[in-house]
Amino acid sequence: MERTDAELIKAVLDGDSASFEPLIQKYSPRVFAAARRYARRESEVDDIAQEVWIKAFQKLGSFRGEAPFEHWLMRLAVRICYDFLREHQRNRENSFSELSQEEGDWLDRHAAAPESASESAEAARTLVRRLMEQLSPPARLIITLLELEEKSVKEIARLTGWSVPLVKVRAFRARAEMRKQLAQLEKRKYL
Amino acid sequence: MDLNNLQKKLLAAARADSPSDRVPYAFEKRVMARLGRSPVRDLGALWAQALWRATAPCAAIMLLLGAWAVFAPDPQVGSTDFSEDFENTVLAAVVQDSGSDYVW
Repeated sequence: MERTDAELIKAVLDGDSASFEPLIQKYSPRVFAAARRYARRESEVDDIAQEVWIKAFQKLGSFRGEAPFEHWLMRLAVRICYDFLREHQRNRENSFSELSQEEGDWLDRHAAAPESASESAEAARTLVRRLMEQLSPPARLIITLLELEEKSVKEIARLTGWSVPLVKVRAFRARAEMRKQLAQLEKRKYL
Repeated sequence: MDLNNLQKKLLAAARADSPSDRVPYAFEKRVMARLGRSPVRDLGALWAQALWRATAPCAAIMLLLGAWAVFAPDPQVGSTDFSEDFENTVLAAVVQDSGSDYVW
């Protein structure tokens, strides 16, 4: 019979480290999906996921069992992703200076007739990826959680450890920062 | 260009482009190899947890004792003051000797 998360965690805390492996197998897809939102290179994604699991193992003693293990783990994952963004803040590329032909065409189509520019186009995806890379770490984290993963303000506060008013303020600033980046993109394209 | 519309379109594109949840082969083996020893129980966290759990019972006991101190009947009512009794006992010998001719 398959052991529950609580049983596995208790076994790990009692010294049976091998019981941690089923937890890694079960929840790694979620950790990897979260990490891929913030890191582009697979080696970086791998590093983030490894750090999440190593920290989870080290801090397992502080898991109270009041909320599901997955929630606790994802909180840890979000905080490690945020730390990753802050560490790599200086490496952000100024990538709007070199738009590809497809991206330029997509922007032209959007400027001429917005409804004709499909959001499922590959050019739109690469553009938004570049745009996200231009944002500051808190702005990128908030936009990802709020707009892409469609989480509520309360959920974001729980995940990040920020207060609800701080999440609201950062969400407002993040949207403004995104619009500023889009305005710069427009300038580079059309001036 | 309508920037709000462009922003909405790009966010919709990002939402549609959900990341893969693929896990590299034998990832769990790699992590397990890096985990050397069993995790240490966080004694600080356990102590804090125990203290928080003790808060409610302690507050209840404090309130009960407070209420008892205020509303319980005073057993001393009607009897003489304890300090007066004590003083009489201590000074009893002096009071007895005061009738004699002995001078201090």
